[in-house]
Amino acid sequence: MTSVGIVVFPGSNCEQDCMRSLSALGASPEMVWHTESALPDVDVVVLPGGFAYGDYLRTGAIARFSPVMDAVSKHAEAGGLVIGICNGFQILCEAGMLPGALRKNAGLKFLCKWTEVRVENAATPFTSRAHLGDVLRIPINHFEGNWYCDPETLGRLRDNGQIVLRYVDNPNGSLESVAGLCNENGNVFGLMPHPERACDAVLGSEDGQVILRSMLDHMRSSVA
Amino acid sequence: MSAEVLVHRELGLTDDELDLIRAELQRGPTYTELAMFSVMWSEHCSYKSSRIHLATLPSEGDRILVGPGEGAGVIEVAPGVAVAWKAESHNHPSFVEPFNGAATGVGGIIRDIVSMGARPIALMDSLRFGELDDARTRYLVDGVVHGISSYGNSVGVPTVGGETVFESCYTDNPLVNVACLGIVEHKLMQGRATGAGNKVLLFGSSTGRDGIGGASVLASAGFDETSLEKRPSVQVGDPFSEKLLIETSLELIRRDLLVGLQDLGAGGISCPSSEMAAKAKVGMDLSLDAVHLREEGMDPFEIMISESQERMLAVVEPRYEAEALAVCAHWGIPARVIGEVTASDRLRVRRDGEVVADVPARALADAAPVVDRPRRRPAWIDGLQAGLPGGDPPDDLAGAILEVLASPSICSKRWIWEQYDHMIFLGTIGPPGGDAAVIRLPEREVAVAISTDGPGRYCFLDPYEGARLAVAESARNVAAVGARPVAITNCLNFGNPEDPEVMWQFEEVVRGISDACIALGTPVTGGNVSFYNETKGRPIYPTPVIGMLGVLDSYRSALGAAFVQEGHQIVLLGSTDPVDLGGSEYAKVIHGTVAGKPPKLDLGAERNLHALLHAAAKQGLVASCHDLSQGGAAVALAECALAAHFGFSIDVSDVSPQGEPHAALFSESPSRVIASCAEEHVQALAELAATHRVPLGVIGVTGGSSLDFGTFAIELSELVRVFEDTLPKTLSASMDR
Repeated sequence: MTSVGIVVFPGSNCEQDCMRSLSALGASPEMVWHTESALPDVDVVVLPGGFAYGDYLRTGAIARFSPVMDAVSKHAEAGGLVIGICNGFQILCEAGMLPGALRKNAGLKFLCKWTEVRVENAATPFTSRAHLGDVLRIPINHFEGNWYCDPETLGRLRDNGQIVLRYVDNPNGSLESVAGLCNENGNVFGLMPHPERACDAVLGSEDGQVILRSMLDHMRSSVA
Repeated sequence: MSAEVLVHRELGLTDDELDLIRAELQRGPTYTELAMFSVMWSEHCSYKSSRIHLATLPSEGDRILVGPGEGAGVIEVAPGVAVAWKAESHNHPSFVEPFNGAATGVGGIIRDIVSMGARPIALMDSLRFGELDDARTRYLVDGVVHGISSYGNSVGVPTVGGETVFESCYTDNPLVNVACLGIVEHKLMQGRATGAGNKVLLFGSSTGRDGIGGASVLASAGFDETSLEKRPSVQVGDPFSEKLLIETSLELIRRDLLVGLQDLGAGGISCPSSEMAAKAKVGMDLSLDAVHLREEGMDPFEIMISESQERMLAVVEPRYEAEALAVCAHWGIPARVIGEVTASDRLRVRRDGEVVADVPARALADAAPVVDRPRRRPAWIDGLQAGLPGGDPPDDLAGAILEVLASPSICSKRWIWEQYDHMIFLGTIGPPGGDAAVIRLPEREVAVAISTDGPGRYCFLDPYEGARLAVAESARNVAAVGARPVAITNCLNFGNPEDPEVMWQFEEVVRGISDACIALGTPVTGGNVSFYNETKGRPIYPTPVIGMLGVLDSYRSALGAAFVQEGHQIVLLGSTDPVDLGGSEYAKVIHGTVAGKPPKLDLGAERNLHALLHAAAKQGLVASCHDLSQGGAAVALAECALAAHFGFSIDVSDVSPQGEPHAALFSESPSRVIASCAEEHVQALAELAATHRVPLGVIGVTGGSSLDFGTFAIELSELVRVFEDTLPKTLSASMDR
């Protein structure tokens, strides 16, 4: 069974939803409090959505200094998978583990709505169950999801296939409609949409499972 | 040490009340005591004008575990599963400072739910503003919505629905009513300070000068030109601290460390200390030196009545004190033991070793004078009811339908609810925009449906009938999604209670709620009263907002308003009286009139309809169901099509054989729903309706790209544009400047 650690910062609020959706897919997640300086023995680290430390200064600006972030960084350097969802994505950008930054939405409003995202790279550990060009229905829930980076970085990301998900209909002004991207090694992934909210047909979609299952598959195959 | 003779008036106390305080204390009060009495005896905290009327409301039932008088009502929704449900108003602060006023309203109701030992899992907002052509109204709408969004999203509780109404009577006095649903996690808590020698623990944010006198200054007086000078009385919210406060409180309860728990809101420390002591018939010794303060030089009275947000008061046995403090420390929540429960009956407060207040807890909590205010039926009401609601039929009925659907109170509220996280906790089965929100309880099959309704225009025309209609409509909303209505909370928003005509409206509304709740079997579990909603002597419409809670045994049987499939039969359940146009949306939007009598309501017919819907949903006979209310059949049918993304064909004469087509389509006769079902189920549904004595008519069929009313048609694409454009066009444009 794939073991998953869900990092809880003060002000995180999607950790229980991640726990439930991942458990339903057969994973065995455990919560990791932000003051821990070492991670338990886990295959995948999840940085869930929320408002770490209230995000009063700038999203993720304080969370990146939490003791646990050094351990998350080491986990990634050793090739372990890290997924940052929404606030988790913002924290990964602040920590320099993913390129670019997330600005306020173009419309200057918080947005909670269903979006469609196209899979631009199906060869990552987080999209292996999808096919290139697949469109997934997954909701967003953020004020700061308007991703941006400088032109050189953008060129490099394009060349390396690091742009993993793009919005079909850009809701927040994100550069090149980027909804999710990974690091150069492909083992650190950040996305603004919430896959854990799209794992149950009664809530409107099961497409989030594609991402979460890909991630769990990857660990199973690499462990085996 | 006695306070100045006239200081009490500045604090909002009358001369008679000062005499009563003197009699309770058998001496003159200290300044600190006077300040404590001024908040605890304020209209907002003591319900002095409303209490005798509220006592007539039905509050008992098999499912009611906790009724009025506690932090929130608690209702058993399945064996061993209890939910807390409560609504509260934050009207006055939201007018003075919309962002923080609304935000702290959300924070306050969340703490009420937590104080019962429940995890907050859903919020609803019932908002009323002036008309959108007013620039300050647009500023208020944007500020209130942003305040709710900012606080609710960060604290991590989904905002799953509500209502937003625009009427000119709310221009200078918007209504911001917030309701919260919670699920009792470990055990039910109550605000009791049992056990002399137990420790009093204050935890949460530090205490500052924000919100001094909020209850007495803001909430218990009307507005005039100087209202904006009251801005320092509005508190500032910190949702991050609230989120940690929720987790801390629930962990303290889960570990069984608490004897009693109560939130701090209006009245500051004075409120939970006196109420918890009074309920347990004990006393409390408090030391203000132990209170963690935000700023230097605060006077004792300021510390006792400060309404700084995000604080709770708990009573802890001495043996658990260290563990309780450790739990608070884990979550980074400041906590201090500020006193002890005593065997006396007095609340004694010390500062630097000196006693600054020494009063019977009961005197603060329970001895506020009860006032039986004079009431008088307004002379103008007969003329109002004799007026004609409509005029000539519209030349262009299709145009009238589009105009009503574009009106701010009817149009899509997507611009608002997309700013709210309505999905967190994975429980929102019925999202915003439907009749009622359907919330699946965590890890359970059972779901609850919640809805808020407050038809101010009906209550203005006839407060008694309007209140019955409010209860009936909110019950119908939860019945329409397949739930059984079981209990209500309410916010009663009125003008100045010292005006006999306002007090008459209040009495009539309470009588109407009472009669309807008895007939529908939905007791009142609590709520709040907000008086003094007026500006320059002009009261708002009497506006009781009813928060109905219904139960679905399984979330899988929940119904939506959207037509499900093309080719389904459209069924109207209930009967339409084309005369029911008084106070209607049609009369207001098309003819600019609010006159006549509100629609006639037969509570027996209403109850039959609910029973029918429950049975039909259980048997899987209907595919969709939508309540008829403001805008009548025209609006309801349009909404079913809008949500389905396909149209329908009906024959208007099947809606009502009598009356003109516009009256049939816009009549707001209650006790009706539009359902759709597969053709093979029509017969069974008709038989079921007959046994429940509910009139049934097949009025058309779903499908196509237009709304075909037989004699005219509207393209769905045109309808979508009209329905969705109003709020973004009006509000985004004005805010982008």
